[in-house]
Amino acid sequence: MREGSAHPLLRLLGGTTVAAILGFLILPAFVVTLAAFNGKAILSFPPETWSWRWFIKAIAYQDFQAGLHNGLIVTGWASSIALVVGAAFALALDRYRFRLKRTLELVLLSPLVIPHFTIGLGFLILAAQLGFARGYAVIVACHIVLVLPFVLRSVYISLRNLDPSLELAAASLGAPPHRVLTSITLPLLVPGLVSGWLFAAILSFNEFTASLFVTAQRTQTLPVAMYNYVREFADPSMAAISVIYIAGTAMLLIFANAFLGLGKVLNVEHSR
Amino acid sequence: MLSIPAEGVAYSSAAGVTSRGVAEPTAVALDRVTKRFGELTAIDQISLAVRRGELMTLLGPSGCGKTTLLNLVAGFLLPESGEIVIDGRQVTDIPTYRRETGIMFQSYALFPHMNVAENVGYGLRMRRLPKPEIARRVTDALALVKLEGVNDRKPRQLSGGQQQRVALARALIIRPKVLLLDEPFSALDRNLRAAMQVELKDIQRKLGVTTIFVTHDQGEALSLSDRIAVIAEGRIRQLGAPGEIYRRPADRFVASFIGDVNVLSARIERNDGATATVAVGGARVLVPAGPLKAVEPGGTVDLFLRPEDLRVAREGEAIAVHGLVRTQVYQGAHIDLYVEVPQAASGRVLLRLTAHEGSSVPPPGTWIGIAIISVEAVAFPQMTGGGRTPGT
Repeated sequence: MREGSAHPLLRLLGGTTVAAILGFLILPAFVVTLAAFNGKAILSFPPETWSWRWFIKAIAYQDFQAGLHNGLIVTGWASSIALVVGAAFALALDRYRFRLKRTLELVLLSPLVIPHFTIGLGFLILAAQLGFARGYAVIVACHIVLVLPFVLRSVYISLRNLDPSLELAAASLGAPPHRVLTSITLPLLVPGLVSGWLFAAILSFNEFTASLFVTAQRTQTLPVAMYNYVREFADPSMAAISVIYIAGTAMLLIFANAFLGLGKVLNVEHSR
Repeated sequence: MLSIPAEGVAYSSAAGVTSRGVAEPTAVALDRVTKRFGELTAIDQISLAVRRGELMTLLGPSGCGKTTLLNLVAGFLLPESGEIVIDGRQVTDIPTYRRETGIMFQSYALFPHMNVAENVGYGLRMRRLPKPEIARRVTDALALVKLEGVNDRKPRQLSGGQQQRVALARALIIRPKVLLLDEPFSALDRNLRAAMQVELKDIQRKLGVTTIFVTHDQGEALSLSDRIAVIAEGRIRQLGAPGEIYRRPADRFVASFIGDVNVLSARIERNDGATATVAVGGARVLVPAGPLKAVEPGGTVDLFLRPEDLRVAREGEAIAVHGLVRTQVYQGAHIDLYVEVPQAASGRVLLRLTAHEGSSVPPPGTWIGIAIISVEAVAFPQMTGGGRTPGT
């Protein structure tokens, strides 16, 4: 805020600290990225020779292709369903008083407390009992539970930031409740909904622990496929697929930023 | 001087006349309306009739229930008991969107995702009017509030004053049965506020739209209103024209809440049932006897005097109290003189002298006599036990 007033030495120290923190955060990605271009078939850092061939191998690898395909199906369904369910619960929590409201809040946020492997194991046991183990449905259901708190939070914060007098003004101008919702509330919630969906999608797509329990060879998602690969091989194609991962996510965020502004999407900026 | 193209928002029936041609004096009627929030009674059996075309102000300190009352009329809240009638129609159980009230909020509540024209036309789109008619009426409404050439701007690109004009146009375009204003000027700076007040009053009078105006600013209430309802603790303490409220406050609360006031101890000399003469020092003042029924002649009362009712005593003038001049505050058109007076309830007395008298204003440190130049004042029995209400 108040620039220029600090002592030059202090400024230098501050700048160095920020650079160090950034460097520390970026370090793993940086190491992996360099390792991906290794010319040799070993995961080492820094590489001695350079090559694109691990990217080609990773993209061509059958299990990774299937994993990407499965992952997109699971992520698409899970984050979309979680968005609808989460938005509905967020609206209910924000607008209505009802019995067990506090309990509902706790239950909806509980996946943040319960470890992922517990949730995965639970779904595995349940699905086996019900006889549809190892299908997409159980993975999607599992992922919905995992990402719901994030969607809920994102939409809930957007709702809290919404000036209640906007909806009242609309009503006074003759808008019945459903038209207030479609013409005022939902359009103003778009940033929150998009950010909720994005969070859910990224989390779901990257989710490994719970997925390990509920996926089968046929339905394994990309992180699970990567894990299975690394158990048998230790070549840089692992690093290559990681780089693709990072690039994909970055592109998704850039895309979202172009349409809505990153501040709004990440919900760090006030919507007005 | 002002040419206001009112066509777009004009009322089909001239103000105050229904289709049958009979004048309907009451536009909004509240009948023993009560609203509770848990243990708290926010509105306690309030009855109020707002006349057609008038600007009625609900005035009171924050938390007195005035905004709750406005929300009840708008339908944002439902009363526990009592009835609300707008334009002859019982609306107590009718939802907001079918009440045809226009409301302007303190925050203006402009829809941030719509431009100015879309904001103003919102009410008409909800009524599914044909597009050309909406466009025409939006143009007229924006002309009415003197806001042209900004149709495509978003609310955040407008100044505070412009936003307020948009909010007003948006509320008026639906030709509301009653216009509700919730502290509309509090977000504007002082100069703009005065200009907007004059304009709002002009538009309101031109359209003849019944208006309920909520404010805690007594100056605003006095200058804008046809009538004022002073509210405290969920009840109407006094209802009347601004002059009446200022000159003849019904009780101590109203007297101290509206305008600046000095409270002096006085003695009743004579009480004929209609008026009473009270003595303070060598001065005599005539007050209405109504509030003083319980006080015997010779008893002491609190005399409420406006700052402009007092002046520095001249040669031979009857002196009410003596005091030591503490501070002079130059206000442009007048000068406020704070005088230390032990007999005053707050320990000091405020004199408001016109600038013309200002040439002879006694400097701080001067011992002066204060004379009463008003013939109109009010007095109330002294409060027992709880001490005195501070004057200003």
